[in-house]
Amino acid sequence: MSGPSALRKKRHSRLPALAQAGPVSVWMILFVTLPLLFIIYISFMTRGTFGGVVYEFSSASYETLLDATYFKVILKSFQVAVLTTVTCLLVGYPFAYYIARKPADVAARLIMLLMIPMWTSSLMRLNAWMLLFQTNGPVNNALMALGLVHSPVKFIYTDGLVLLGLITNFLPFAVLPMYSSIEKLQGNLLEASADLGARPAVTFFKVTLPLTFPGIFSAIILTFIPALGTYTITDMLGGGKVLYIGNIIKNQFGTIRNWPLGAALSVLLLLITALLIFIYSRFAKIEDMEVL
Amino acid sequence: MTASPNRRLRRQSCRKFLGDFYAVIIYAIFYIPVLVMMVFSFNNAKRNYAWEGFTTQWYGKLFSFGNHDLWESLAYSLAIAILATAISVVIGVLGGIGLKKFEFRGKKFINLMLYVPIVVPEIVLAVAMLIIFITVGVKLGIGTIVAGHCTFCIPYAVVTIKGRISGDNETLEEASMDLGANRFQTFWRVTIPSIMPGITSAAFLSFTLSFDDVVMSNMLAGASQSTLPVLILSVNRTGVTPDINALTTIMVLVMVAGMLTVNGIQRSLRRRELRAAEEAETARLNAARF
Amino acid sequence: MSKSIVSLRHVDKWYGKNHVVKDMNLEIEEGEFLTLLGPSGCGKTTTLRMIAGFEDASSGTIEVQGERVEEKEPYQRDVNTVFQNYSLFPHMTVFENVAYGPTIRGIRKAEIQSKVSEMLALVQMSGYEKRKPEALSGGQKQRVAIARALINNPRVLLLDEPLGALDLKLRKQMQIELKRLQKKLGITFVYVTHDQEEAMTMSDRIAVMRDGVILQMDSPMEMYDHPKSRFVADFLGESNILFGTITAAEGRRLTIHTPDGDVLATGQGFGVGEEICVSIRSEYLNVSKTPVEGFSVKARVKDFIYVGTVIKTNLDLPCGQEIKLSRFEHDASLHEGDEVYIHWDAEKAVAIHDDGAAEVRL
Repeated sequence: MSGPSALRKKRHSRLPALAQAGPVSVWMILFVTLPLLFIIYISFMTRGTFGGVVYEFSSASYETLLDATYFKVILKSFQVAVLTTVTCLLVGYPFAYYIARKPADVAARLIMLLMIPMWTSSLMRLNAWMLLFQTNGPVNNALMALGLVHSPVKFIYTDGLVLLGLITNFLPFAVLPMYSSIEKLQGNLLEASADLGARPAVTFFKVTLPLTFPGIFSAIILTFIPALGTYTITDMLGGGKVLYIGNIIKNQFGTIRNWPLGAALSVLLLLITALLIFIYSRFAKIEDMEVL
Repeated sequence: MTASPNRRLRRQSCRKFLGDFYAVIIYAIFYIPVLVMMVFSFNNAKRNYAWEGFTTQWYGKLFSFGNHDLWESLAYSLAIAILATAISVVIGVLGGIGLKKFEFRGKKFINLMLYVPIVVPEIVLAVAMLIIFITVGVKLGIGTIVAGHCTFCIPYAVVTIKGRISGDNETLEEASMDLGANRFQTFWRVTIPSIMPGITSAAFLSFTLSFDDVVMSNMLAGASQSTLPVLILSVNRTGVTPDINALTTIMVLVMVAGMLTVNGIQRSLRRRELRAAEEAETARLNAARF
Repeated sequence: MSKSIVSLRHVDKWYGKNHVVKDMNLEIEEGEFLTLLGPSGCGKTTTLRMIAGFEDASSGTIEVQGERVEEKEPYQRDVNTVFQNYSLFPHMTVFENVAYGPTIRGIRKAEIQSKVSEMLALVQMSGYEKRKPEALSGGQKQRVAIARALINNPRVLLLDEPLGALDLKLRKQMQIELKRLQKKLGITFVYVTHDQEEAMTMSDRIAVMRDGVILQMDSPMEMYDHPKSRFVADFLGESNILFGTITAAEGRRLTIHTPDGDVLATGQGFGVGEEICVSIRSEYLNVSKTPVEGFSVKARVKDFIYVGTVIKTNLDLPCGQEIKLSRFEHDASLHEGDEVYIHWDAEKAVAIHDDGAAEVRL
């Protein structure tokens, strides 16, 4: 005896899949895919006389990027982003290694200690750097008191302070992925290497570094790309006098209103991101990228 | 070569000292701005440029009536963060489970799209969303800001949840259905509770990301109220008023206190559970003896 | 019609191009302890999961208590499962885990309370109610998992390698406990394992599976003494397999010519000239210094191995094959290097078809 409910064909229901994966898919297509496609489209359009877009094909925006003024900014942004990334890696790796080699409970506490400052508004932290380096701020006072300088050094609104802001801002994002890949590294591998006669330096370059590569590359992606695209840090510490790609993009949608140019610069950043991700995917699986 | 154990030990302790010293310096770099920010909340000046003496007046001013702007910004930021967190957690948790469990066409594409907000500079996404909102004619305001925040919070939520789901979850769900629970009951009674820690951290992460965001909040705000970070950005050049430092200081302390409380409660709960289990065990052993 | 409580008829299961269960016909009788035994990948777990409802059969029918269930969800089937990795809900206490089934069914609290106590007593886990699974040992987890599955009063309990994660000693103890529990409750147990000893210890009947097919289904004793194929002979216990051609057949008594000489065996339905295998259990193998009638295979004593209570003697045949003999006591007259004749009671040696060895496939 089977009731009607039992005889009802057990549907290979798509309902659960739709209910669970549906919203996220729709959201991503609506708010990521479509806007990105649209911005690529806009970058090939013509600038309107009073801002906005005239829907006529034009490669003017991309030609503008090659103008000396803009090209210089792009180049400088690159230099600073590279400098930020390299510094974050060099400073962050030993630090990540230091934490990862601690016992698990200590490491967890150290990571917590790393996270707490990030609960403070990032802008207020940047503002604090500015207060420290003001013309008559503590750093200048200390330098003068020590007799190292005779008149206050101008730190604020310089590339140097922007770089400091970038490095301190992105260092945690470089440390975290490297920490998790070093932490996954099994101690006995290092012991095996030492056992087989490798000196610590050799072990580091032949075992540790290659095995923690995914973490290092994640750190590169998580510092280089945001550093290249930031405008808040340059705005806070550069006082609008230090211009990077991010500021220029932002200005096209504020005061200057040249959308196609802003779009073209955005596409440039997109391409750089895609290139980096592509390189990463040659070496490791995207899924292994440590983004948290 | 004499490899005396003494020298080896000394070398080790030297290395340890260098490591600790290095870590202290790095932590100092992270904590100095926080401390400076706090110190300047006691600055006796209208705007924070230089230290001009100690005062607690800003904490008083913060809670006086004249300070609407700051509180409104804070309320606006909180409202946005709560909305963005709620939406991101719901979509992110469902999505994380769904993307882990089901195979469907276009899944690879969606996974790729989820990486975009994480790696692409935020300004690019913000600008892209801005253009499309303006072109379509969406009114800029709290809705567009929340949409912007969700767009980068959802991927983080999905990644967090996916990391929490293992093959075990699938057998747990099977066990639940085997014991008579239908899909809906299984989802609420087994799937969700078993990934609860992931949901909590996804919520925490989303809230922090949204609350601290400047770029989306700035680009997608239109003529509406400023969030707290946007307010800070706009007053930075003319000097941040110390009452903002006071407010930020209070918020950090509340966060830390809240975190410690939650940790403490969790630990004491676990201890109580352990003690109950021990008591049960002793009772059982006693019963078995007679 | 039949006493079958579960029956599978012409059940096939495909995973893409993989045919993991092939035209399976299986009648499970009410109250029996049936074991699906086979190497990993033989389809035994898939079969179990199809009965439970976690997998859908690609074709064929599955009945539980005479009712078709292919279209029923797992939660609509009157069978319960004990999982290999316990699958206790980590966020619930032992009590809540066991109470899960009745809670879902909306049974009154007081009744749940007494049922859970009863079940925990049954598996000797009273007093652990408030513990979380993480605070239990493997064996304790398994007891809770059993209590949780039994509280729904299923007619059939499906067990998927439930003892696989336990250490040997605990596993042996749990085997006996499970068998007693099954007898006491009178519930049908369908048990999946790759451990032939476990299957022999507990089962009323064993179904040996390979590549999605049941090769033989018999009582443990029948299966042990009369394997129907080389794979079964190899998989259960320790068998010596000799290859040869039948040179004479008188009734069931067969004379087989192997490369190293003649042996005797028993078998039905074989003809002179057929190439077959002879399976002889190591404990039935005898040796003597002089030839025995019907046997003319010589062997050289290679070495002795002491395995607890049993002494194993390895012998080399002239062709290079190694054969094994096991005894409870050491035969002092045997020395390494001795030349001996092997022989046995022809009734104990079984003629079988060669369907490949039960090698461990990696």
